[in-house]
Amino acid sequence: MNTNKTTDNTLRHLWPSVMFTLITVVLFGIVYPVVMTGISQLMFPTQANGSIVSVGGKPVASTIIGQLWKSAKYFQGRPSAAGNGYDPTSTGATNLGPTSKKLIDATRSAIAALKKANPNATDPVPMDLVTTSASGIDPDISPEAASYQAPRVASARHMSLDAVRSLIAAHVAPRQLGFLGEPRVNVLELNMALDGIHS
Amino acid sequence: MTGIGWLQALILFGLVLVAVKPLGAFMARVFQGESTFLTPVFAPIERMIYRLCGVDPKEEMPWYTYLFATLAFSAVGLIYLYVLLRTQAFLPLNPQKFGNLAPDLAWNTAVSFVTNTNWQFYAGENTLSYLSQMVGLAWHNFTSAAVGIVLAIAFIRGIARTDLRTLGNFWADMTRCCLYVLLPISIVGTLLLVWTGVPQNFHAYETVTSIDGFHQAITGGPMASQEVIKELGTNGGGFIGQNSAAPNENPTPLSDLFELWLLLVIAAALTYTFGRMVKDQRQGWALFIAMSILFFVGLVVAYASEAAGNPIVHQLGVLGGNMEGKEARFGIAASSLWAVATTATSCGAVNAMHDSFTALGGLIPMLNIQLGEIIFGGVGSGLYGKLIFVILTVFIAGLMVGRTPEYLGKKIERREVQLAILFILITPLFTLVPTAIAAINPAGLATLGNSGPHGFSEILYAYTSATGNNGSAFAGLGPNLFYNVSMGIVMFFGRFAEFVPMLALAGALAGKRAVAASAGTFTTHSPIFVGLLIGTILIVGALTFLPADALGPIVEHLLMIQGKTF
Repeated sequence: MNTNKTTDNTLRHLWPSVMFTLITVVLFGIVYPVVMTGISQLMFPTQANGSIVSVGGKPVASTIIGQLWKSAKYFQGRPSAAGNGYDPTSTGATNLGPTSKKLIDATRSAIAALKKANPNATDPVPMDLVTTSASGIDPDISPEAASYQAPRVASARHMSLDAVRSLIAAHVAPRQLGFLGEPRVNVLELNMALDGIHS
Repeated sequence: MTGIGWLQALILFGLVLVAVKPLGAFMARVFQGESTFLTPVFAPIERMIYRLCGVDPKEEMPWYTYLFATLAFSAVGLIYLYVLLRTQAFLPLNPQKFGNLAPDLAWNTAVSFVTNTNWQFYAGENTLSYLSQMVGLAWHNFTSAAVGIVLAIAFIRGIARTDLRTLGNFWADMTRCCLYVLLPISIVGTLLLVWTGVPQNFHAYETVTSIDGFHQAITGGPMASQEVIKELGTNGGGFIGQNSAAPNENPTPLSDLFELWLLLVIAAALTYTFGRMVKDQRQGWALFIAMSILFFVGLVVAYASEAAGNPIVHQLGVLGGNMEGKEARFGIAASSLWAVATTATSCGAVNAMHDSFTALGGLIPMLNIQLGEIIFGGVGSGLYGKLIFVILTVFIAGLMVGRTPEYLGKKIERREVQLAILFILITPLFTLVPTAIAAINPAGLATLGNSGPHGFSEILYAYTSATGNNGSAFAGLGPNLFYNVSMGIVMFFGRFAEFVPMLALAGALAGKRAVAASAGTFTTHSPIFVGLLIGTILIVGALTFLPADALGPIVEHLLMIQGKTF
């Protein structure tokens, strides 16, 4: 701006194109992520390494990634379209639209399966337990979805319903900062608490 | 809809708003070559880049040289990424031993990243090595974002300068953008994201046996450093297939809010940079206000529709908003907010599956892109898109009152209007023609994920997103040779074909003499002008796209109410 020097020789810009690419690949493609990894590993090693939970020295899960739970004595997560269910190497959703026959049929069977597995449930069927998550590895369910499963878990564990309900209440994470997202229950943490494991 | 849901949107808007002035003023200083508090840190690297590239940062370029440098750099980047993806199996940092990408997928992905689209026919967690992610995708996230920003700066100079034929130096602008704007925010942002739980490591995937006895591979990689620039540069291509819906890319509602802020903040702040560089802040705020109004109108419709839910599902005896394809931690409000923000800008990252939105909830993201991605818009591309609509609005206003239109002291004449129209026609041309071809072509129908009007919506959304360089999807549409190749071509022209009339227009404006404002000059910062601008944007968008939208989401909405399925 402070000079009127101009260039019309367009071909001269081929060399900078190659050089600028090379330099910035080194800076932003290598130095930046490597340095950030180093700092992250020093400052937040748990999170940087995937928030892994171990039981008896063996890694069993990541707190941020949902898992498949099938035993009646455990709370179950939402329907998953990731691989064969909760596969983090193949995340996925149904991508079915609102007028899809497949979606309505799948929702109908999910409702039937849920009612069959929870014959003593008294709550209304919670929406999030019969709809597929976006990632297929959703780690959370709504407090209503946990409450719906409480009678089944209580009877499978020969626990009182009140004991299960108070455990749920202790594991409801409220909206972050009071207004962000939705209240939720981390299925892994609730199930570990049922087993008496503390991470 | 809930009050607390709206509170999230308003707090996000407030956080963006408070950043507009400081970041906008900072960017103006950076691109005018003035020193900032970061100059002592990055000036040595800046000088080293100039020296190695053989560039004189004070050397000025006319519009066609600026264009040529942009295209030459983009061509190098395109070839580089294509070769990288085709050879990743032979390169290091590939702990999962992923193979090379097929030629059509490599082409699609390479074009997608060089154009700032980031359409995902690839699924990162089972396709791309850590090296491809870092030096391929994340590098493009920096540089393709920078290209958009510097072109907007060149366009602003075209308006601000008088009687000059140059628009600045492409290499100096790129260097300053990457070093002073994108890198510092990315460094701080990475640490914030890791703190919320986004992984940042180089481990191979770790297979665990769960408490209930199932095997699961926990994915890893340098995710946080890529996630931050993916949002900040309105790129949107995920490290993980399910993008920011995946809990490792976006683990908590707080990380969600931060990522939303990142993807809006530069585009919003550039309106202030514009005001600063043309020495009239009111002009920048007028643009900001017009865009904010359009943003919230879209949000009302999308949020209301998602909160109302799917009546066909309600008939099965479950009540509530539409949770299909949404994450429990975000819920209806944060998912609707993200869908609107990611399509108002050209980001295209998703935290919920747009394909499973209700008909009207899915219409809004599509419409946002069709309007030209100027509601805040992509970094840079949103601003020059907006300014071209401003020029069209000034022209229409001039016709109404019978005066020669002018904008900020520049007469808007025949050549300027022709170039503006040419620019505006590119979006419908590359959206509607390929959609029509795909809709009557067996290869175009072969990989649809839905039938009925929703199937047509998938095709329309795909080419809308590709032309607009957005990258979000009705993701039920699967990849095949036809879509890999045709969408690659559409993304290419949707980006680069716009550069030509846009920079030519900037060059034409820079060469003009300033005319002094008179009593008859139409003010371009008044509420009336904001209204006219919104009207022009909506009329152009509606006339162009409503017939196509009527065949997809609009008719689907009517059928959904009647309980019809396909």
